[in-house]
Amino acid sequence: MTLVVLAFVLWAFGIWVNMRLASGPAARTRAGKLAVPVIFGVTILVMWELLVRGLGVSMVILPAPTLIAARFATSLPTLWADFAQTFVKGALSGYVMGCGAAVLTAVLIDRSDFLRRGLLPVGNFVAALPIVGTAPILVMWFGFDWQSKAAVVVVMVFFPMLVNTVAGLTQTSAMQRDLMRTYAAGYWQSFFKLRLPAAMPFIFNGLKISSTLALIGAIVAEFFGSPTLGMGFRISTSVGQLSLDMVWAEIVVAALAGTAFYGAVAMIEKAVTFWHPSQRS
Amino acid sequence: MRSLLAVLTVVAAIVVLWYAACAPMNIKGVLTELERGGAQVVPEGAPARRDMSAFGLVAGNSFAIPATWAQERPRLPAPHQVVTELWNTTVMKKITSKRSLVYHGWVTLSATLLGFAIGTGLGILLAVGIVHSRVMDMSVMPWAIVSQTIPIIALAPMIIVVLYSVGVQGILPKAIISAYLSFFPVVVGMVKGLRSPDAMQLDLLKTYNANTNQGFWKLRLPASMPYLFASLKIGIAASLVGAIVGELPTGAVAGLGARLLAGSYYGQTVQIWSALFGAAILAGLLVGLLGLIERATLKRMGMS
Repeated sequence: MTLVVLAFVLWAFGIWVNMRLASGPAARTRAGKLAVPVIFGVTILVMWELLVRGLGVSMVILPAPTLIAARFATSLPTLWADFAQTFVKGALSGYVMGCGAAVLTAVLIDRSDFLRRGLLPVGNFVAALPIVGTAPILVMWFGFDWQSKAAVVVVMVFFPMLVNTVAGLTQTSAMQRDLMRTYAAGYWQSFFKLRLPAAMPFIFNGLKISSTLALIGAIVAEFFGSPTLGMGFRISTSVGQLSLDMVWAEIVVAALAGTAFYGAVAMIEKAVTFWHPSQRS
Repeated sequence: MRSLLAVLTVVAAIVVLWYAACAPMNIKGVLTELERGGAQVVPEGAPARRDMSAFGLVAGNSFAIPATWAQERPRLPAPHQVVTELWNTTVMKKITSKRSLVYHGWVTLSATLLGFAIGTGLGILLAVGIVHSRVMDMSVMPWAIVSQTIPIIALAPMIIVVLYSVGVQGILPKAIISAYLSFFPVVVGMVKGLRSPDAMQLDLLKTYNANTNQGFWKLRLPASMPYLFASLKIGIAASLVGAIVGELPTGAVAGLGARLLAGSYYGQTVQIWSALFGAAILAGLLVGLLGLIERATLKRMGMS
């Protein structure tokens, strides 16, 4: 009971600190901007821990954060193997193949106005569909190993990437294209020097959307069959064994991988599209 | 009009490619069946064909191509097989039948809509809170953004099992996953939308002596509508994915996800494809419906 009371006291304290920080002069500084969300996150974690212990919540329903951390630390080799199987082999290879294929297709389509006007609505439509559903079919075709996961990822990232790249390649103004013509630039010269750089913000938008989709695709595809390895496999079997601390440890890995992947793409974006107004603030 | 022609051409090309792909995909199974039926195929015996390329087999047995479009359990069903299955399981079956796709679609759709309503409602509320409270903005918003980069769907199996163990089952666990998936896009889009009025417009309201409440209802909320609809479209597609994935881990007996899973267990490829197209049509309808509402609303508000 005291733990429950303590949890709410801590909660009130966390909110109070954050309110002080947010309304004070510290809110303008970089440290203040970082501290407020961190305090919020830590407060939630500590409350979670105290409430789970205080109310005696069963492990089967919600394990305490310390238990998850302990499980994370003790099963690092398993988690690493799962990570390598799902993320590196499945998601990353599929991501590279899918995005590469989409950009190449977009470049080919771009030469024909007819194709562009035909494919863009179709691509937009397909990008909104629950493509994850192709997972059972692709698992059937490519077997249980990482190839089928990569295939699901390819299908999932292809259309968002295609639509974004095609849209990006139309971003140059007539004035800029005319300037290239006055320089007597050929198609490929004006493509590499003008239109591809101009398309980069859109391409990176597609890459960022796809980075999230890739991990989702690889994990969900494993629910339909996988070798005895992989994040999706571990999650579904651990849920079956009711060892929820393992599930949470796996979710922590997924969260870290997803955030790091997105962050890496965003950093490359910052380096490549440094000229864009959204990056110059 | 010319766009329509272009779209139709692209769709026709996809269908033609699909038919063409059926031949090499299904040829091995078809040849085995034909040989068992007494037909003359080149080369004879399944072991001899195992290592041959599918294209070589198609070229050597061109008479078998029509059969690749009419197999019972093909690796890749032909478009007309999927359409026939869709027709048979939607229009020809009573909608209360367990084999009707309308029934399964409704199971998934009800979870999707419930989850979407919960997720959108909470998302809008949180966005309003974030816009009006600096503390909430600074503490919650970074997490909302980070959470979009996390494959939340990995939580789905656990949510279902945990809720099941505390006695909640049926539509609610799926709806919670749907709600969770549509929640964050709505929060992020709505915050952007509520902040979209520029300083000039806010100053104008100030000169009118409008209070925060009036500013919200008369300026911020109307200005956020285009952003809201854009994120609603993303949210409903995510909700549908959430409801489908939510049906996978428990071995649910009804719903589009359950049809996918059952199809993959029993090798019923036509069933998988028809469930997939059912889900696609459902998603298309939902997004299209939201698009119509968006058009009508924005037109009435004079924004489009």
